[in-house]
Amino acid sequence: MSTQLLNRPSEGKAALLEKKRSKLNVYLGLLAFGFLAFAIFLRGKATLPLDRSSLTPFQVWLDNVSAWIDTNRESNPIFTSFINVIRGFMNGFVTFLQNMISQTGDTRTIPQIGWLGVVAILGFVIYSISSIRIAIFSVAGFISLGLLGLWQESMDTLALTLAAVTLSLLIGIPLGIYAGLNPRFERLITPALDFAQVMPTFVYLTPVTLFFLIGPASATIVTLIYAVPPALRITSVAIKQVPWSSVEAAVSMGSTRFQALRKVQLPQAKRTIVVGINQTIMAALSMVTIAALIDAPGLGQVVIRALESLDVGRAFQAGLAIVILAVVLDRSTTAAASKVDAGNVPVVSRSSHRATLAAVAVLTLATVFISRSVAWAGTFPGSGTFGSNIAKYVDIYVNWFQLHFVAITNAITNVVSYGLINPVQTLLTQSPWFITGLAFVGLGAIFGGKRLAGISLFCVLAIVGTGLWSDTMVTLASTLVASVITVALGVVVGTWIGRSKRADRWIRPVLDAGQVLPAFVYLVPFLGLFGATRFTSIMAAVVYAAPASIKLMADGIRGVPETIIEAAAAAGSSSWQMITKVQIPSARRALALATNQGIIYVLAMIVVGGLVGAGGLGYLVVAGFAQENLKGKGLAAGLAIVLLGIMLDRITQAAAQRNSKEYVETSH
Amino acid sequence: MFKSHRARRVTTYLLLAGAVTFASSAAGSAQAAYSKASTAKCGTVTLADNAWIGYEANLAVVSYVLKHNLGCKVVVKNISEEISWQGFSSGQVDVILENWGHDDLAKKYIKTQKVAVDLGLTGNKGIIGWYVVPWMAHKYPDILNYKNLNKYASMFKTSESGSKGAFLDGDPSYVTNDEALIKNLKLNFKVVYTGSEAALITSFRNAEAQKKPMIGYFYEPQWFLAQVPLKHVMLPPYTVGCDTVAAKVACDYPPYALNKIARVKFMNSGSPAAKMIKNFKWTNADQNSVAKSLAVDRMTDEAAAKKWVIAHPAQVKAWLA
Repeated sequence: MSTQLLNRPSEGKAALLEKKRSKLNVYLGLLAFGFLAFAIFLRGKATLPLDRSSLTPFQVWLDNVSAWIDTNRESNPIFTSFINVIRGFMNGFVTFLQNMISQTGDTRTIPQIGWLGVVAILGFVIYSISSIRIAIFSVAGFISLGLLGLWQESMDTLALTLAAVTLSLLIGIPLGIYAGLNPRFERLITPALDFAQVMPTFVYLTPVTLFFLIGPASATIVTLIYAVPPALRITSVAIKQVPWSSVEAAVSMGSTRFQALRKVQLPQAKRTIVVGINQTIMAALSMVTIAALIDAPGLGQVVIRALESLDVGRAFQAGLAIVILAVVLDRSTTAAASKVDAGNVPVVSRSSHRATLAAVAVLTLATVFISRSVAWAGTFPGSGTFGSNIAKYVDIYVNWFQLHFVAITNAITNVVSYGLINPVQTLLTQSPWFITGLAFVGLGAIFGGKRLAGISLFCVLAIVGTGLWSDTMVTLASTLVASVITVALGVVVGTWIGRSKRADRWIRPVLDAGQVLPAFVYLVPFLGLFGATRFTSIMAAVVYAAPASIKLMADGIRGVPETIIEAAAAAGSSSWQMITKVQIPSARRALALATNQGIIYVLAMIVVGGLVGAGGLGYLVVAGFAQENLKGKGLAAGLAIVLLGIMLDRITQAAAQRNSKEYVETSH
Repeated sequence: MFKSHRARRVTTYLLLAGAVTFASSAAGSAQAAYSKASTAKCGTVTLADNAWIGYEANLAVVSYVLKHNLGCKVVVKNISEEISWQGFSSGQVDVILENWGHDDLAKKYIKTQKVAVDLGLTGNKGIIGWYVVPWMAHKYPDILNYKNLNKYASMFKTSESGSKGAFLDGDPSYVTNDEALIKNLKLNFKVVYTGSEAALITSFRNAEAQKKPMIGYFYEPQWFLAQVPLKHVMLPPYTVGCDTVAAKVACDYPPYALNKIARVKFMNSGSPAAKMIKNFKWTNADQNSVAKSLAVDRMTDEAAAKKWVIAHPAQVKAWLA
């Protein structure tokens, strides 16, 4: 009797929800049908094409704006003094770090701290913030940088990254705290953050050097633009996560608002803020290669130089060093975050731990001393034969692979191009802009209501305003195909490593490499295998985007409550039933998030795609970077990418939120 | 509580380490073993380094001579062409060692701002045009005339070119007339924008290796031609002024005489480097041999330059005169 009473309301709710979802499916089906019908019926009309070399008045206007800035930057005193101060400060900061660990200066043959000293300091710092295991791992990682023959380049990159990350955190964390406390400020700043994260770097590379000149300051600014948003966003999320009730409790007990922030909110938000630091480091490292285009010192230069002569082995060697740096910094900050999470260490180990720490500190200082006065501890010994051997074997292996597999890869390229990319692209480029635009508005309305429909409408009209609708559709077609592949990989591999710890251990380093290895490293082999085609650009995007989707999906699978799994197992589910009927449906929110992030990461690779045959907006951005008279058009293409990105992000986010709401409702 | 204590202690150690480093840095710099001989009279020369191998060859040899014969300190900045020109007005770049045209930039920085000056020719002749893979030129000799291209157009079809033949373009920093040429010469081709030199070279290399048809935009001098000798397709010959109206171009690209550009203040500084760079001149064969050492034999800049300089003492002497 009582169980019946308990069950009935939730059954009713589930039925209601089922009804709601089927209604949603009906809307989506109607929208798809309407779009296809009109797109085919009106194909070829109002497609808004634009020749490669033609410019619209808006693009000419953008060109004039940048020319105006160019001519007036010298004469405006507020401008120059303000910018000169920032430039001087940043140059000084980076040069100081370089003198410490990488550059020799005029009077010395080794930097202030030799390689052994750097390794010792790294080991000490990581030991004190995380664990001895991670410390040993990191030290081994840094030594391998020297063995690769790239010690100095790696330290240049590290110096620049440290400078950029420090400044990003100094800007991002306080603003993030403020945004977490003040929703109005957050709403105000969110579009700016979207802009900074989605706007392709190529678009502002030239203007930045106009203001900050060629050198470390410009490189730091470019990195800051990309690395501040994650720091700010994650900090704000961290602050908001702290339950409001605990703040109220503190205030009611007589704390001031500031004390509540310092004693209650910040300590509780610490773990998530460390995750933000981790993401900021990764973002900064991902800018290494692009910043090298404006003379940022370090590993990026090696990659760019290797690309001149298509030296795949050498590019890989430098790419590997970047991956090692990233993995060391990632693992140590992640470990630090989980240590913060774990809370207090038992009292007994305190004094012994303190003694060990002091001993290691003394040892570190001694090593720093040695590295300043003994040659072998100052300059990394050996001539990097290990590194050039790796380069040689990579070359041999890549050539062998290409020779034997090119027939298969060409066939794959053709199947996907003719079977998938061409039809999608034809559909999108040939249908009238207002039909496709209406479809976007409709999607917005279905998932997010009036507000989102309005945002979609604005984005569609603004893209038309840039004069690049047709190119945007070319890019959208590739983006959609890449996103589908990314999400498919996310579901399959994510579910696999979410279920198996062992698979996770082997796959995860590969995922990390995919996220931080500069695309320039694998573009040449990809070009060899798939030709200069849109498919190559899609593959490059998938390599970069799939790891994020896979990681999020795995996280979701692991987050499925143990009780549900046990219940299903008790009911006699097979593995396949467990995956398809229990785990994936329960991880629906993670799947939606994986889709959203997958698309955002794919969008980040549009410009790289332009370098290998994708055409569309990516190509125009690169052309704008390279040609004086296409600057305005490149800028317009950058804007179109941002608008497309914001629209896709908002729609998929709304879809994700809808799913999570339903999930919460069903699980109650 | 414990955590914050430890954090403070770590900071203390770090500060201590920093202080010790500084203290010993004073001691360290006094040690004779670590002092370098400073370079005399010539001072510092800042050279732009644009990202192609021909430029790299010029840069390698010029830097080598500046360093070893004149004792200059050479600073190299890896930047793109447009940013290199910007460097003249900000004072951050002294010389561009191989300039391909760029009339708009020349107008801006030489004529209007008067911060840069043309330093004369490098002696290298730049050729831009349409090229096909060698195996095709061998098998279908008449393909080297544009009039016969339509006959073969269907062979060039790819997934990227729709119903037409694919014509591949490379790095977007080059101003190409290919779309207009194809239209005005009524060719059944479509320009496919590969987007980079790397993509274009890889495509040509694969096409030759797999005996697949390919036609595209290319240029000399370029080290790649030493590996795969692409064949130049004849277009209606260039005459002065035939390319003034971009949309109506129906003739071949003009020959480029590559030149050097320098910062006015650098030229007036009286540095021996300025004179040497002004005198620097060599041939396509010279540049290709150094470029091959760099790109194919994978030599360092220094080694490749040394090899060439030792083999050509008279030429180097003339630059230093």
